[in-house]
Amino acid sequence: MIHSPYIRKPASVQRVMLNVLLALIPGIAAYVWQIGAGILVNLAIASVTAVAAEVLMLSLRKRPVMLAATDLSAVVTAWLVALAFPPIVPWWLTVFAVLVAIVAVKHLYGGLGQNPFNPAMAAYCTMIVAYPSLMSQWPVSGAVSFDTQLHLILGGLRELDAVTGATALDTLRTGLRGDTNVGELLQTSTYGLLGGRGWEWIAGGYLLGGLFLLLTRTITWHLPTGFLAGLAVTSGVFWLFHPDQFASPLFHLATGGAMLAAFFIVTDPVSGATTPRGKLIFAAGIGLIAYLIRAFGAYPEGIAFAVLLMNICVPLIDMKTQPAVFGHRGGPNS
Amino acid sequence: MIARLFNFRGGVKPDAHKNESANASIQAAPMPAHLIVPLRQSTRATARCIVSPGQHVLKGERIGEAEGTLGTAVHAPTSGTVVEFGLYPLAHPSGLNTRCVVIEPDGEDRWADHQPFDYHGATREQTLAQLRDCGIVGLGGATFPSHVKLGRGSGIDTLILNGAECEPWITCDDRLMRERAADILAGATILRELIGARRLVIGIEDNKPEAIAAMQAAAGSVEGDVAVIAIPSLYPAGGEKQLIRVLTGVEIPYGKLGAEFGVQCFNVGTAHAVYRALAHGEPLVSRVLTLTGNVARPGNYEVLIGTPISHLLTLCEPKPDTDRTLMGGPMMGFALPRLDVPVVKGTNCIISASPALFPPPPPEQPCIRCGECARACPAELQPFELYWFSRAHNFGKAQEYNLFDCIECGCCSYVCPSHIPLVDYYRFAKSEIWAREREKSAADQARDRFEFRNFRQEREKEEKAAKLAAKAAETRAKLADKDATAPAPAAAAASSGEEDPKKALIAAALARAKAQKEAVQARNTEALSPDTEKEIAEIDARRIKAALVDPAAPAGEPPSERSPESTS
Repeated sequence: MIHSPYIRKPASVQRVMLNVLLALIPGIAAYVWQIGAGILVNLAIASVTAVAAEVLMLSLRKRPVMLAATDLSAVVTAWLVALAFPPIVPWWLTVFAVLVAIVAVKHLYGGLGQNPFNPAMAAYCTMIVAYPSLMSQWPVSGAVSFDTQLHLILGGLRELDAVTGATALDTLRTGLRGDTNVGELLQTSTYGLLGGRGWEWIAGGYLLGGLFLLLTRTITWHLPTGFLAGLAVTSGVFWLFHPDQFASPLFHLATGGAMLAAFFIVTDPVSGATTPRGKLIFAAGIGLIAYLIRAFGAYPEGIAFAVLLMNICVPLIDMKTQPAVFGHRGGPNS
Repeated sequence: MIARLFNFRGGVKPDAHKNESANASIQAAPMPAHLIVPLRQSTRATARCIVSPGQHVLKGERIGEAEGTLGTAVHAPTSGTVVEFGLYPLAHPSGLNTRCVVIEPDGEDRWADHQPFDYHGATREQTLAQLRDCGIVGLGGATFPSHVKLGRGSGIDTLILNGAECEPWITCDDRLMRERAADILAGATILRELIGARRLVIGIEDNKPEAIAAMQAAAGSVEGDVAVIAIPSLYPAGGEKQLIRVLTGVEIPYGKLGAEFGVQCFNVGTAHAVYRALAHGEPLVSRVLTLTGNVARPGNYEVLIGTPISHLLTLCEPKPDTDRTLMGGPMMGFALPRLDVPVVKGTNCIISASPALFPPPPPEQPCIRCGECARACPAELQPFELYWFSRAHNFGKAQEYNLFDCIECGCCSYVCPSHIPLVDYYRFAKSEIWAREREKSAADQARDRFEFRNFRQEREKEEKAAKLAAKAAETRAKLADKDATAPAPAAAAASSGEEDPKKALIAAALARAKAQKEAVQARNTEALSPDTEKEIAEIDARRIKAALVDPAAPAGEPPSERSPESTS
């Protein structure tokens, strides 16, 4: 028997996921424009793998396949994996990563809505630990033709020195270990207007998509704001303290995966904090840890590790930040 | 006048669908062949039947007497003959039966004697009794007795009149305000006087401009601090606590009443009924309700309490694809299990539902913790957390997360992109908790009864013993008296002679018993086999040799104690 309410808002999980995919398009367009169309191949490989893995796991788990396989959540994971990885990783690495995300991180924990960790970031961490060299080869903007990208993705051809350069964050890291200061480093060809050359446009695309998500109320302001503020404030403190040794907050916001993370990764509702205050704490924590890894850790980019570390804290954060209920303000909870 | 409005968090904006019936003025519904008047008024109150079959009654004549503190009287909705007093199904999702008085109208609709009630000349208690005896309950849907709500005569600053009517489709209050604004305000001033409020605030959703205009016009002629306020149309703005929040900024927590915060809230329909009851002495025998939905002729009707729903549906002509009939709004109402059930005082709307108007919910998908429900919840709960806890039967945790603050408004279910029937989970959790509470209290009672029984038995035993002792003492005293009267010296000598050998016997027996007891005192060193004894002796010897034990130690020390000789 159906009980009240008898009417429902025309909303669905598919619609939420579709909004996320739509919001990624400006960033992807900028990606194709600046780096090359290879990313589209990666996106396709990742998407097909993700949906296939989803169908396989659902049937193994004896769950209704059609509805869950078409909810687009697997495609969102696939796109985030592809966009977080270098665009010239071999195809099998993308497939492996997506399988880790969908099979292990998502379905072994109970499927959609049950995974305590962000699937895309867990896959990223697995791969960067397992294949550090493949995962650190990023093409320089405009340096790699589509043909070459295709060759790199589909196999063979691994003489990369000519076409890849260290990323903006990587160059900064290694440069600072020497005698150079931040100012000099940022003058080099690796860097463009704000961050890595070409990459600031992609970051801009993600920002645009993020605003779309905010406007459609798919995400709330708490998570992106918390993350960007966490990253900016932490980097700002170090920058003010020693501007020769630490890059400016603006550089950190425009570089690496910061914008992708702000609007598409820390905003994963399943593995993230849910209360308004909890979201701020969770996201700011990611920003803080990501900066500390970037500046002092073993990896040039730290967002993925930061996300997983904060995922662990989510139950505690949610428990300790339960908002006061209507009529209970001033109670022990507030 | 107050200008500032507050807002409550959450809420949703479903399609209002008010236009269908908002322009149909209130008409009297035609008399049905039978009126089935339930004596049960809520889960808490049932009236006592005071008529018998065959009896002729007049409109407004009392047929049920108020019982208990939450009871109100029940009246004949029209003149006619009582044909039956029996069990009939109630307009309730359960479809359970309840005691009803069935009246066959005589068509004259003749009123019983009724006079205006001079509430200025009466005491508060008399006025409240008049309201109880006129069967006045809240007409917003909850049917809480008004005399109980008015019982607290002081400490209230603001009287709020609820004209929000936030559920989609329903327009009966809208029409009532447009057509009978003066009566409503007259009722409101009576209510204001009864609760001793200073201010009167009337809240109406801003999607009812005509009602606002009518009420404003009528409010002009009312003395004192009166304000008609247009509030944003946002479901559930008509929830009592939400409306109080919007109009006064006060938040009434779960389990508390508005009165504790200086605010009282009445539905506009209730104010109208109060006016009729006091200014005209008319009991509540009819109410205005909306017939709408998948029908050819939606409208608003003045309907006698007890009119079968099926009779009303002939007035609005449901279309052929109608598959269900709802009572109440689509957000909080329920599907009627059958259509021969009568209209009750809380019936504000009957909606014919079709799959096109109210499509079945899409299949449920997993919760992705998107938080839409939390954003929509007017009680500011975290509905998805409550969902997880309820699903896991973790009711303690659900209560900790304020399950009982949920007003079951349905906003969370309405917005959920995973189409999870969230409210149903909370209803389930609440009913489970209540069931457990009942079980627990039953167990507590049983334990109390058992303990009292033990206590009683103990006490009876003591009393019996005391009685016996008293009796024995009495007998002894009597005997002593007898002895005293008998020749004393010889008897005394004889008895002492008899007693001495007896004493000796007893002493001997005691000594024997003592010896026996000592003899049977078990020791683990008794009855040892010769081998073991030998072994022990050897060990002792070794010990002494090793100077572990002083051989000169007095008897009773551990080594010597072990030897069997010392114990025998």
